[in-house]
Amino acid sequence: MLLIRCPWCGMDRPEIEFRHAGAAHITRPGPPDRVSDEEWAAFLYLRDNPKGRVAERWRHVHGCGRFFNAVRDTVTDVFVVTYKAGEPRPPETGPGESQPTEARP
Amino acid sequence: MVDGFADTSRFRLVEAPPLARFVLRAPDTALKAAGKAYGLALPEALNHGASHGERGKPGARVALHLGPDEWWLIVPEAEGPDVAAALESALGSHPHSLVNVSHRQVGYVLEGEGAAGLLNAGCPLDLSEAAFPPGMATRSLFHRVGLMIWRMAPGLFRLEIDRSLAPYFVAALAEAAKDHS
Repeated sequence: MLLIRCPWCGMDRPEIEFRHAGAAHITRPGPPDRVSDEEWAAFLYLRDNPKGRVAERWRHVHGCGRFFNAVRDTVTDVFVVTYKAGEPRPPETGPGESQPTEARP
Repeated sequence: MVDGFADTSRFRLVEAPPLARFVLRAPDTALKAAGKAYGLALPEALNHGASHGERGKPGARVALHLGPDEWWLIVPEAEGPDVAAALESALGSHPHSLVNVSHRQVGYVLEGEGAAGLLNAGCPLDLSEAAFPPGMATRSLFHRVGLMIWRMAPGLFRLEIDRSLAPYFVAALAEAAKDHS
């Protein structure tokens, strides 16, 4: 089982206490009467699916109940960093090649 | 003693008497006023609990800080209306929500030297005293059901479980107890 650090609780907690909640930092276009159908469709449905580090929303549903953001590597499943909702993505975690990680015992 | 659960010398399970429970959602700025009206300072550290008095006895107060702006307040059943009225009048100038959830969940006490080990049969948290010291309180899971765990002493846990899920919890705990006794 993975341990995920909840930025609100400030501690590592077991993976099954969390729920994934889609891509992070998606900006809703607006105002609605000036948004084209294409823009709206892109906001609703189009997502990147990169190999490597992605920013995602997660929720500590069986803990403090709050949403936060996490940068996760889709190849190694390593959580690079977690940060509170509303904070910008840490610049050093930008998209890039998957980083090899140390073997875990 | 709870139906369907066999107490042993290493742990025993006790069901709580009827209690009044409230969920308070409020900003930090309202804490002082809330604590004064409640009669017990609400803990500021997240995932910590505070209490005074004996459970179910007149004057007993419990405050558990379970989310960044969320506290559970547990008092004897008869004092619920008075506590709610006192809090509402003290918090009038603060944005807040105070919801009575008394009948949503049931409380248990699990105590004994084997209590932590037994809980770990279904709960993935690290319940060693170094990682989960007395005073700590948090929501987590027991197998498939969510529960609130509050460690009052090394071998004394207070638990709160949704009422409809409690039979599952007791049955799963009783099954685990067979391996731990």
